[in-house]
Amino acid sequence: MAIYEIEQSQKSPTNTKGPIKWVLDNLVATPTHVIFSFLILGLLYITIPPFITWAIIDANFIGTTKASCTGDGACWVFIIHKMDFFIYGFYPESEIYRINWVFGLSIIFLLLFKYTGKTFKAKIALFSLFPIIAYFLITGGSFGLVEVPTDKWGGLMLTLIISSIGIVVAMPVGIILAFGRQSKLPIIKSFSIVYIEFVRGVPLITILFMGSVILPMFFPEGMTFDKLLRVLIVVTLFQAAYVAEVIRGGLQAIPKGQYEAADSEGLSYWQKMLIIILPQVIKVSIPNLVGNAIGLFKDTTLVLIIGLFDLLTMVGLTSIDSHWTGFATEGYVFVGFIFLIFCSGLSRYSKVLEDRLNTENR
Amino acid sequence: MFTNLYINIEARGIKTGFSFLNERAGFDISESPIAYNANSSFLDSFIVGIANTLYVSIFGIVFSTILGVIIGIARLSKIFLVSKLASTYIEVFRNTPLLLQILFWYNVVLVALPNPKQSIQLGADMILNNRGFSVPRPIMEEGFSFVIIAFFASIALVVYLSKVAKRKFEKTGVNTFLLPWNILILFSIPLLVYVIAGNPLSFDDPVLQGFNYKGGMTYTPEFLALAFSLSIYTATFTAEAVRSGIEAVDIGQKEASSDLGLSAYQSLKLVILPQAIRIALPPIISQCLNVVKNSSLAAAVGYPELVTIFSGTALNQTGQAIEIILMTMSVYLCISLIISLVLNYVNKKLEIKGR
Repeated sequence: MAIYEIEQSQKSPTNTKGPIKWVLDNLVATPTHVIFSFLILGLLYITIPPFITWAIIDANFIGTTKASCTGDGACWVFIIHKMDFFIYGFYPESEIYRINWVFGLSIIFLLLFKYTGKTFKAKIALFSLFPIIAYFLITGGSFGLVEVPTDKWGGLMLTLIISSIGIVVAMPVGIILAFGRQSKLPIIKSFSIVYIEFVRGVPLITILFMGSVILPMFFPEGMTFDKLLRVLIVVTLFQAAYVAEVIRGGLQAIPKGQYEAADSEGLSYWQKMLIIILPQVIKVSIPNLVGNAIGLFKDTTLVLIIGLFDLLTMVGLTSIDSHWTGFATEGYVFVGFIFLIFCSGLSRYSKVLEDRLNTENR
Repeated sequence: MFTNLYINIEARGIKTGFSFLNERAGFDISESPIAYNANSSFLDSFIVGIANTLYVSIFGIVFSTILGVIIGIARLSKIFLVSKLASTYIEVFRNTPLLLQILFWYNVVLVALPNPKQSIQLGADMILNNRGFSVPRPIMEEGFSFVIIAFFASIALVVYLSKVAKRKFEKTGVNTFLLPWNILILFSIPLLVYVIAGNPLSFDDPVLQGFNYKGGMTYTPEFLALAFSLSIYTATFTAEAVRSGIEAVDIGQKEASSDLGLSAYQSLKLVILPQAIRIALPPIISQCLNVVKNSSLAAAVGYPELVTIFSGTALNQTGQAIEIILMTMSVYLCISLIISLVLNYVNKKLEIKGR
């Protein structure tokens, strides 16, 4: 009778798993791998260490004036010193707390929005309450707050105001335009098509010029029209055309049976569109809608050309300050970094949203 | 509303109509591919603007497509560092505004270049300094037209040869490998004609005179900043289109083609690419329209294209905002119309036929 002994389990050989296997597979698997890997390591070697030296090792962080920046590296003192300017623009220093309130409130409202669950009415209420409160806090002129005219607004705050209003208001306008494009009424249909194709065919900057130069001519003399308001209208109308195109793509993805089923349930046109079709359209359009929102967020920098003081304008303005000349590089890197964080954050969030809304294959 | 418009126009003493186009413009344009001076009319400045817009756009389209295709393929590479580098590139340049990139190159990088006396020499007679990038200007002498004719003739020959090869392939199934022959034809025939015609091409080299380089062809910093950022920015979108096109091809297609005994090159050329192109090409073409539209950001650095010259300088001089902005917009609309016609044509060509 044979006695079988249980064999001791052996450790797996190092060349089938672990870091060594990873290096073998991903860096040096074939001669081509080796060549490319070394080329890129070389490229990284000549770019990354100098950048780190400039941005961190040789950089100055502490101080109050230009004299504090002694090293060869970046002068982050400049950014820290001008931080208020980058975030709030020319907003009066004594009133800045109001903007901070708005920033704080936006976080509180977002959390409330998230944890109100599925109560639709509460969400609508929250969604409409926040802009009203934010409007009174930022403009002032009532409830004992000092009025701050819009030409004092600037920096990150202005960038966020323009892009969030543009993104939010353009949604319903764009949805209506997309419905209009599918309409059977020839006037509505042709108007929607012409509008969408016209706006998508010209650069934003020409539309901004139109808003700043031509639009005032259509109003009676003496009626002044706030520059920021004009930009907001123009940006919203611009974005609406792009939203309409995305929604149209979504509409095309909805099977015909959905329309027919809604019709046979006896729903009216608006009931059919808003209750049955739109929720499905939004679901499939999320990635493109967020992509467009990111595009608009980047495009708000164009208001620089018609003379509003957005985040990017601040780099130019601060770098011509006679006490702080020569720090444009730091300014551009800082502002670029802010945009990078916001945009890649948004696109990551869109991936999460996409997965959550994907009700198939659960 | 329109009565308001009339009252406003009269109150401001602005003329209406398009008669201003024939008036003397009275401003200079720093760079122009066609003859232009301060005595030219506003219509001429309009044309110069369109020409410069197209010039910088074509640069942007060509370089962004080349760069985008490379980055898009690199993104899918099995080599870890290559794909990581490509995705970092896409992440960084896609998520920062184009205007910021233009201003960065213009105000930070190009300003930091040395002055003309300490210029950086790149190869023979290519000079980079803070006044721009100077290269020799080719001058076509008598007889050069023969070289051009020879070049087109060799293209026709190549097209004819590949048609013959295709017919032979369909008839007999024998594949003729034409690529080296085609390259030989494309290079040798024009070169031969060039030599026979007696070297009819000379170069006007840039030469340092006083404080700046004279002669040659100089790309201004404005042009460089714009063309460079347009290419780099748009390449990220092209790369994403290329990547999603290749990824969209079912993995079974690749496996099936290797089961049929096709080599890696054959399977890429005959099976994968034809399917990937169908998905990737439409978004790449619409990126061309975006390059044209984004070239209008030149207004921020003052490169004299359509928006800078016409909606900027000419508008300030005449005050005829409505006419000028409508003209500017209609140029972009025409370009976008042409591009969407091309797109429709391509879509129709690439459609899967039959089934």
